Amino acid sequence: MLAAVDQHYLLQARQMQALSFSVHIPLVCFGVAFPVLVLFVEWAHLRTGNPVYLTLARRWSRILVTLFAFGVITGTVLSFEMGLLWPNFTGTFGSVFGLGFAVEGFSFFVEAIFIGIYVYGWGRLSPRVHLLSGIPIVLTGFTGSLMVISVNAWMNHPGGFRLVHGRVTDVDPFRALFENSYLWNELVHMYAAAYVVTGFILAGAYALGRLRGRWGHYQRIALTIPLTVAAIAAIAEGPIGDWAARDVASTQPVKLAAIEGLYATTRGAPEHLLGWYEDGRIVDGIEIPHLLSLLAFHSFDAKVEGLAAVPADQRPPVNVVRVAFQLMVGIGALLGLVALAYLAVWIRRRRLPESAWFYRALVLASPLSVVALIAGWVVTEVGRQPWVVYGVMRTDAAVTAARGIPIGYATLAASYAVVFCGLFWVLRRLANSPLELPPESEPSAAGV
Amino acid sequence: MLLESLPLVFVLVGLVLYAVLAGADFGAGFWQLFAGHGERGERIREHAHHSMSAVWEANHVWLIFVLTVFWTGYPRALAAIASTLAIPLFIAALGIVFRGAAYALRAGAGSEREQGLIDTIFSISSILTPFALGAAIGAIATNRVPASDAAAHLFASWLNPGSVLVGALAVASSAYLAAVYLAADAAALGRGRLVADFRARALAAGAVAGAVALAGLIVFDGEQGVGHSLLSGDALPAVIASFAAGLATLVLVYARRFQTARVTAAAAVALVVAAWALARWPTILPGLDVGQAAAGHDTLVWIVVVVAGGGAIVFPSLGLLFGLTLRGRFRAPETAAAVGAAPPRRPAPLRLLVRVSIACAVAGVGLLNLADASYAHAIGVLCLLGFAVTAVLAVLVPAIDEQP
Repeated sequence: MLAAVDQHYLLQARQMQALSFSVHIPLVCFGVAFPVLVLFVEWAHLRTGNPVYLTLARRWSRILVTLFAFGVITGTVLSFEMGLLWPNFTGTFGSVFGLGFAVEGFSFFVEAIFIGIYVYGWGRLSPRVHLLSGIPIVLTGFTGSLMVISVNAWMNHPGGFRLVHGRVTDVDPFRALFENSYLWNELVHMYAAAYVVTGFILAGAYALGRLRGRWGHYQRIALTIPLTVAAIAAIAEGPIGDWAARDVASTQPVKLAAIEGLYATTRGAPEHLLGWYEDGRIVDGIEIPHLLSLLAFHSFDAKVEGLAAVPADQRPPVNVVRVAFQLMVGIGALLGLVALAYLAVWIRRRRLPESAWFYRALVLASPLSVVALIAGWVVTEVGRQPWVVYGVMRTDAAVTAARGIPIGYATLAASYAVVFCGLFWVLRRLANSPLELPPESEPSAAGV
Repeated sequence: MLLESLPLVFVLVGLVLYAVLAGADFGAGFWQLFAGHGERGERIREHAHHSMSAVWEANHVWLIFVLTVFWTGYPRALAAIASTLAIPLFIAALGIVFRGAAYALRAGAGSEREQGLIDTIFSISSILTPFALGAAIGAIATNRVPASDAAAHLFASWLNPGSVLVGALAVASSAYLAAVYLAADAAALGRGRLVADFRARALAAGAVAGAVALAGLIVFDGEQGVGHSLLSGDALPAVIASFAAGLATLVLVYARRFQTARVTAAAAVALVVAAWALARWPTILPGLDVGQAAAGHDTLVWIVVVVAGGGAIVFPSLGLLFGLTLRGRFRAPETAAAVGAAPPRRPAPLRLLVRVSIACAVAGVGLLNLADASYAHAIGVLCLLGFAVTAVLAVLVPAIDEQP
């Protein structure tokens, strides 16, 4: 087995990684889903000739490129941290998973190139060519997330190599990254989440505007498009999440046990809503008999493995994983309700809801969708602990031996605080820049 | 041995492209800091800023390429480098964060004060990042990064005359490249005063970069235990060629032949990297050569496949981007969108969309949540995708067709 590294600040290293990841992942959502929305609006302009759509697409594309820039820098930090924080992980397994990031690098390359062409091509390429130049951004947003998730899926469900005396042999990168059942449910779950998060954040922003009295054709369409996409994606997340959870049940039983706070291996295991895990059981939770067995294995009396099946030092921190899971599912259910309310009004009246409460709910849904996103990743990543490569390499064997992790952590946290204040500042500026209808050609000095 | 070496060749080519392309972007930041005051300084800053607007993100990706190919092909070497050089690499990462953020924030700057602050952050990080990366390379070049014994010499490895000189060379050559490119851009735009400003800067920066490179040669040869001379063997021709290209650039800039100078300036920088690689080959770190550090056979084959396939997509795309940028298409005035009168359009087949959507939803849930076979799940996902697309279109197409 791989020996633990002498590192006093393992927890800080993990927190630093978690921080870097948490700031990056909402930006990834925008990288995946936002180009699709912008292209849809641009297509709407081509279809109807209505100049409002052109204005909307152009304004959104400025936000798109700003968020992309922040995605680039936070993503670069993550790739540095692979070596800086976890050199023994990258050093031992780089030849197994590294290609995933190499292909992702190429995706990102093509994405950056076409974002440049798209954003600076407004009014300088023919409308049809301009629309086409956005297609590669959509495709590479997908392939990029596919590749990153292939690496994460491999960490959760490793294969494609043998470990002999601490060195990997018989490496088959293709098998490691793609012949992995985990990849597909993680990918689909995250891909749909990208639309949920992007859609609800945008819809929340325009809902806030409506509550403050900014409401016209422009705002109505700018709210309807992301809201519809988010609503459909939020509904689809239900069946997708169920599929992902069943895969966790069969391949990572300890993670499932942590999610549910199940200590002893049980036949006909119950499900607990809310509550707190203490001394091997859930206190103050609502117990629903047999539900866990039914959900995880589609059988009333199926056996569900408990935390006791592995030694105490191989169990993840139960309450972190469990609370995160309940947050994700709870928020997901609330977002689903908002979605159903919206669609019900749409089907009956062919218009948006008129109640102010609906728009207040949308404003709230905006940050909640991000909370659900991060909580979901906490389930995946903290639920995998104490392993970095599930069952193969412990996180304490992956960490760097270098000193000064707390200094790096504090510096990065402070830098991100400054930089993200800047991001909110510039987004407000972009949002408050005067709306010109019909659009005039903007001076190029305006930058993005 | 060829297969083991190929990924390192890719890494070095990526490094050259990063130095030549992103290096010029860093240099543009350098010139924003030293643009001077008043209207003239403002003009210089604007020119430097706009020259990289469409390309900086793409240029930056070469670093990601270098990192990912290196850690896939030579994971042990990367682990050793990242452990010992944690500090300069972390500084470089922070520099990249502030630089990218400042670039994006400039779009929102309203007043001169805001813009000045943002430009200063941008410039300082544009100097810090190449310096830190250069010092890290200097530490490797002077054999101060051991192959094992992780995290040795956290400071001494890169804060020493040899490593610092390489950091300084990275900054100087970035400034030099940027000045040459910006002079060429200004000439292409026919802006005489800017041409003169950047011509003078190119000449000065070229002289400084050459002097730093010469000093580096002397310091390196004097270093105890370096053992890889740049002044003998395979490296010497590359060193000579690099200086020749640098001199040729100065002459061409002086003679206002900027487009040719672009090529020779880039060649001078590329040849420095080549000379360094030739002097060390096949050593990566002391006691760790290419063959020992390389990943297994299958991984190496996949790297070659991925780089060949990725290159086949990226290079034509890059060609398109640079073609549009260098021909000034992104600085041309915008033409009003040609979409005036809307073409007659068919109404969306609403009933069909709704029916397909419901059918897909039912099939998707059945296959994904009730069935157990993998292929059923795959079809189930596609059905859900069909549901999502048709449902979104059913709601949104009537919404966009509706006139206010």
